[in-house]
Amino acid sequence: MTDLLSVHNLVKRYKQLTAVDGVSFSVAKGQCFGLLGPNGAGKTTTIEMMEGISKPTSGEVRLFGEPASRKAFERVGIQFQNTALQDYLTVAETLALFAAFYTKTIDREELIGLCSLGDFLNRDARKLSGGQRQRLLLALALINDPDLVFLDEPTTGLDPQSRRNFWELVQAIKHRGKTIVLTTHYMDEAETLCDDIAIMDQGRIVERGSPAQLLERHFDGVMVNLPATAVEGKVLPFEMLANRDRVEIQTTAVDAIVRQLAEAQVPLTGLQVKSPNLEDLFLKLTGHALRA
Amino acid sequence: MMSRLLAVFNARNKEFWRDRSSLAWNFAFPFLLVFGFYFIFGQGMPMFKVGVIGEQDAYISRPAFMQLSHIQFVPYDELETALNRARRHQIDLVLDLDRQLYWVNEESRNGYVAERLLVNADPDFNRRVVQGEPIRYVDWVLPGIIGMNIMFSSLFGVGYAIVRYRKNGVLKRLKATPLSAFEFVSAQILSRLLTVMLVASIIYFGSHWALSTLMLGNPFSLLLTLFVGALAMISLGLAVASRSRSEELTGGLMNMATWPMMGLSQVWFSLEGAPPTVQSIANALPLTHLVSAAREITTEGATLMQVSDHLLVLAGMTALFLTIAALLFNWDSDHR
Repeated sequence: MTDLLSVHNLVKRYKQLTAVDGVSFSVAKGQCFGLLGPNGAGKTTTIEMMEGISKPTSGEVRLFGEPASRKAFERVGIQFQNTALQDYLTVAETLALFAAFYTKTIDREELIGLCSLGDFLNRDARKLSGGQRQRLLLALALINDPDLVFLDEPTTGLDPQSRRNFWELVQAIKHRGKTIVLTTHYMDEAETLCDDIAIMDQGRIVERGSPAQLLERHFDGVMVNLPATAVEGKVLPFEMLANRDRVEIQTTAVDAIVRQLAEAQVPLTGLQVKSPNLEDLFLKLTGHALRA
Repeated sequence: MMSRLLAVFNARNKEFWRDRSSLAWNFAFPFLLVFGFYFIFGQGMPMFKVGVIGEQDAYISRPAFMQLSHIQFVPYDELETALNRARRHQIDLVLDLDRQLYWVNEESRNGYVAERLLVNADPDFNRRVVQGEPIRYVDWVLPGIIGMNIMFSSLFGVGYAIVRYRKNGVLKRLKATPLSAFEFVSAQILSRLLTVMLVASIIYFGSHWALSTLMLGNPFSLLLTLFVGALAMISLGLAVASRSRSEELTGGLMNMATWPMMGLSQVWFSLEGAPPTVQSIANALPLTHLVSAAREITTEGATLMQVSDHLLVLAGMTALFLTIAALLFNWDSDHR
């Protein structure tokens, strides 16, 4: 597959702070690539260097096989994490404003249909709900019919239903053959949308692969977890990983674990058994929870 | 209830005292005003204003009239300028020391009294007469009010808007499109020019229609002058807002730019006879040139050629402010 986007040894320093420390990866055409990590991991800084919003201290960004240029950015769509829109403009006027910036644009009606904007086209953009606003911001990112779309934490702050609606939109964009780069700290979002994932922590990529590959690589079996208070002061013959107020045990033999816990007189109230997910993986890789 | 009130009272006090820029401004501003006015009007207002033609210092003994107190003597290089002032009752007498002549406007009450004082002190001066209705204060102040409106609308309308856009991320979002900084800034300038010119025209022609305010010059010359002045003001707003992301700091800078102009650019009162330092400062301010040119056109019937010095200064200031704005302009809200 052709690489639509690639970054090589990307570094961004702010005085004493190194926000991004030698990041390299590539994204193939038609893929949804996820950059995961907790707040402050360097996701937004990395994505902003790829978007051309900020300059790397060193390293290179290549778009469509060439060094990033003004011409290349005409084929890119961007949805920022936090952005305001011009005051007193309706949704329709905001779409018209942004459409005027590009030589090539997507059909207006098609865009309105794709992002479900039809019900509030004439509403002041400041008066939209969280979900409606994110749909408008996505529409602005798609207005130039881009080949590559950057979505920076697009569902942060949305209620569960709005998040799911937004995921459906992203799936629809994927089906149109667009390449998507997505940052998120929601694991379910990454598992649902992303074909390929890079996990970032403290400015570096600590793991890379598809969600299934990553879980397979790092986990064997299931996760048994208990309230941390239940095992306090107990000496148990297996490794436990602390996750906030709970402890987790990775195992392929749940029966044996439960038996050993019972023998050690650990109360089993609150015991849960679940398949490992990316959140567990992150905890394992970095030693701290993803949404810390 | 009292404890809740006190808690909010304390929190608000801390907020105020810890916001250094606003605190400094709150203390410095009234002092600046008091000292400024003391400097300008420290000597008290004179009872009469007399224009003097000729080099006063060249005379070993000046006329006895000029030794009198409470009369302000304003030097003029050109007789015609002084006579125009006397015709409009802006000065009470004109003296020509070389030729021992004086001019008085017979319709001016102050002129009558000043003439009695002169004739008593120096009977050798020969009398000449000028005629003319006084300029009403409204005629005199109208260009000042329009100029002031242009200044506030341009500086705050452009400067504040850009800082707000930068702070809330609108600029960053626009940067992510093919829109260039030049296109964005030009659009801001044109939009504000349209608003400012529309408002200024309505104020001027509305007053002219409703109050029959004076218009001795060409209305198109006035519009062109206002246009050039508005460009200078908008450019100043852009320069002030080119980099800042703090509305508080920009507000302070805007106040620092506007208040000296309010005081020194002859919006409300003439600086004729004020100390030369004050006049030099006033001449460095764009509003001074905007108001002076507009006033010369409306109250003296000046042509574009006659106010071209003011227009050239405004054009030069525009170029300077735009260069500063272009060199410093920053899209980002976060230039860490």
